[in-house]
Amino acid sequence: MLRLFNKIRKTGIVTETFKAPKDAELEQLGIEIKRHIDRKFSGSIAIREVDAGSCNGCELEIHALNNPYYDIERFGIHFVASPRHADVLLVTGPVSRHMQTALLRTYEATPNPKWVVAVGDCAACGGEFGVSYASCGAVSNVIPVDMVIPGCPPTPLALMKGLLGLIK
Amino acid sequence: MSASNWTADFLGQLLNATITVEQISLPATTLWQIESHQWQQFAELAIQQNVRWVAGWAEHVQDRFFINACFEKQGVYLLLRTIVNAAKPELPSQATVYPAASRSERHTRDMFGIHFTDHPDNRRWTRHQAWPEYSFPLRKDFPVQGAPEAITPPDKDYPFVKSYGAGTYEIPVGPVHAGIIEPGHFRFQAVGELILNLEERLGYVHKGIEKIAEGRTPEALARLAGRVSGDTTVGHCWAACMAMEQAAGVRIPPRAALIRGILAERERIANHLGDMGAICNDVAFVFAQMQLTRLRELWLRTNAMVFGHRLLMDKIIPGGVLCDLSESSCTLIKQDIIQLRKELSEIMPAIDVNSSLEDRLYTAGYLPEETAAAFGTLGYVGRASGQDFDVRRDAPYAPYDQVTVKVALENQGDIASRLWVRYKEIRTALRLIEEFIDQLVAGDIGSEWQIPATGSEGLGIVEGWRGEILAYIRFDADNKISRFYPRDPSILNWPALEKLVLNNIVPDFPVCNKSLNGSYSGNDL
Repeated sequence: MLRLFNKIRKTGIVTETFKAPKDAELEQLGIEIKRHIDRKFSGSIAIREVDAGSCNGCELEIHALNNPYYDIERFGIHFVASPRHADVLLVTGPVSRHMQTALLRTYEATPNPKWVVAVGDCAACGGEFGVSYASCGAVSNVIPVDMVIPGCPPTPLALMKGLLGLIK
Repeated sequence: MSASNWTADFLGQLLNATITVEQISLPATTLWQIESHQWQQFAELAIQQNVRWVAGWAEHVQDRFFINACFEKQGVYLLLRTIVNAAKPELPSQATVYPAASRSERHTRDMFGIHFTDHPDNRRWTRHQAWPEYSFPLRKDFPVQGAPEAITPPDKDYPFVKSYGAGTYEIPVGPVHAGIIEPGHFRFQAVGELILNLEERLGYVHKGIEKIAEGRTPEALARLAGRVSGDTTVGHCWAACMAMEQAAGVRIPPRAALIRGILAERERIANHLGDMGAICNDVAFVFAQMQLTRLRELWLRTNAMVFGHRLLMDKIIPGGVLCDLSESSCTLIKQDIIQLRKELSEIMPAIDVNSSLEDRLYTAGYLPEETAAAFGTLGYVGRASGQDFDVRRDAPYAPYDQVTVKVALENQGDIASRLWVRYKEIRTALRLIEEFIDQLVAGDIGSEWQIPATGSEGLGIVEGWRGEILAYIRFDADNKISRFYPRDPSILNWPALEKLVLNNIVPDFPVCNKSLNGSYSGNDL
């Protein structure tokens, strides 16, 4: 146990607000996100992530938003387990035809007002997979999309920037 | 990969059993062609010799189907082929002998309409409702656009295994899961909290990768291969490029091989770090999750700085690699390694002595050695259950042919064992990167591409972070791809999950699943 506490103490807080001035851009972004969220959502926004056919690359970077460097929750942005709890659907991947109904139902299950963010090049335009017998292509071919965060995959910073764009 | 003793002995046994084998010479691959009615008989003889079933796929060539199966023993791979007429595409199933072949044959049936007689499970697998039962996407006359309905209906009538009896009940989970993970469906039969049976229903992220590969140029195919499974972008891209290079007779320069090795080991470490944290997080031990995701982030930032991409996508190209390594980058990578070793030497003992982790991870999710062997389980899942195989050591390719790869092996077969095997693999990978940097010779990082002859084929086999990855390529005229089949290790590891969760409690399913961490995208294609 002592080892564990020692390591925590030695690691300190790595969250970049306080430590890394070279990533000042991130901090500025985050604070701006918080200001906008505060105004419209009383300090909190709930995101349901839906993989509608992605290669898992985007998921890895969305995960990174929760690591101690980005710690996106401190800005009031958190991920929830059900669309019923969500304000925003973060959708990745070209929408595979086998996921089309599941995505539509998830969209319907999300209460209004809601926003849809298409994350990654595939979600934006079909990417490397396009439209085929197995793929519907862009998310906007299936449900209304409010904004797009491009990238293959988008970096955690790009994701934060994108969320800010949505709330503005 | 020259044919060694076992193939010669085995050939003798086949002849005794009156199986006619036509030996076809392919660059770097042993290819045997047999009559289709002896397909199953071959498997029966092969399993007696402890030959491992590796992969199976088919190909539509004019009015015939080529059906392939790949086998391995002692690091020697054997490609088996038979040809059936498209008018009556039928042959006896190998899944009766090798359970590992079951889903693969179901996939081939769904995609080509090839009927495997006596197959133990005749339900659809990859096909849901996006195309009708009697049309087959990988036949050449099926248009890539297909004829989909405006809204593809859900596959709600899939005949899952049912349980009967007082007190048993079903839990359907997915395809949309609670976490930030890929979609798939799990159907549990449980009594109380105990899992009686688990059935996986995958195929939700089927994106038609094999179909849209057709007609691509080598560069475009490498990009697609890099997106078969986003967490294994280096592994799949490497396997596909290796297959294409074999087909085209292109040799990559030694410097490119070493850089590929560095990329692959960096990918292995990044994924193991993230997953080890996630395993601990699934039993509510957040300390490990926070520490290890922190280390993963630092590791990815170095990737971005040195290679220009956090996940290393599109850095391997046909003929070599896209990015060179400067002196200063090598120094940076080496400093990183020293730092990571130091951090892990502080974190891992804290994980090791934690009693709550001990309570949850030891004996949970037990996969017996025999089950692992029967399903041909690969990578860290296999190696935690006594499956002593690693392509890097047993069928080495450049640059692994110049180094000694120490393969972690355990036989406890539980979640803890899979976690510790991964830690050992990180240690090995760190040393390999150092060795590759030390061996880095000056020279080109790419060879000139040669247009391959029409019909030439190649088989690339590498050890990705999840285990052995196989990629098969055949070229058409004008440098265009006519067939691409990637076999992710997940295809063989997913069935093991159905077995290792038995007699665990439902709330332990997430941690059991994470300890195996199969790719949905790599499985569904």
